[in-house]
Amino acid sequence: MAHVELTLSPLPAHVRTVRLVAVAAARRAGLEAGLVDELRLALGEACSRAVALHARHAPDVPVSVLVTDGPDGLTVEVRDRGPAAGPLSGNLAEEMLDNADEPDGLVDPDVALAVLSGLVDDCDIAVRPDGTTVTMRWPLPPPVLGVAGPGSTAVAQA
Amino acid sequence: MDLSLSTRTEGDRTVVVVGGEIDVYTAPKLREQLIDLVSSGQYHLVVDMEGVEFLDSTGLGVLVGGLKRVRAHEGSLRLVCTQERILKIFRITGLTKVFPIHGSVEEAVAATD
Repeated sequence: MAHVELTLSPLPAHVRTVRLVAVAAARRAGLEAGLVDELRLALGEACSRAVALHARHAPDVPVSVLVTDGPDGLTVEVRDRGPAAGPLSGNLAEEMLDNADEPDGLVDPDVALAVLSGLVDDCDIAVRPDGTTVTMRWPLPPPVLGVAGPGSTAVAQA
Repeated sequence: MDLSLSTRTEGDRTVVVVGGEIDVYTAPKLREQLIDLVSSGQYHLVVDMEGVEFLDSTGLGVLVGGLKRVRAHEGSLRLVCTQERILKIFRITGLTKVFPIHGSVEEAVAATD
């Protein structure tokens, strides 16, 4: 079990930094290339959403991101502070047309959540009293021979 | 990679070539570019996204905003994109039904419907 934890001031410029760090951690953990792309987009959405909420409601509170790799796969958790997610409209494209160009140039939090739900198979959105925790999981391939712990059997699976 | 933007005119269309990452940090630059074009009377836009490496919903919001602006002048905003990882987010949001998406700039410039 290894983890990378980041706390960032809610500034748009830092969202890219988080993407870069998480992608590096995911590659190191062995996540397959197609899923690394998915993680990059999903984490970008989750962080953009958190940054938008904090900028509007809690500018002094950092956004928290935790990347963990373990036996259950790779888990990415983003915790924000702000109003809980609203109900999603049935027609996302219509909603985007109605609300295009948020005045502050930040993401529509509900659209970001809808994208996350559509993108990641294993995505959990938990509402806390003071915000939302988005948890996403991706499967990791079995450990490569030679880096497994003591007692592991060094037999290749042909 | 940061966002890169350039424009050129092809007939009555203005082609906006976008490269790099369109996210919450860089999207305002694209928004300004689209607003400037519409303000200067260019209402038929083709946005070439073949060089885009990353696009999130903030970027989508900017494109939708651009579409609304040109539509207000009976204009058009067409996209050029063949990259699966970029098309995916258009499909998830249902925006494939809102934007005409073309396989090449030539096709987008020639399109009239």
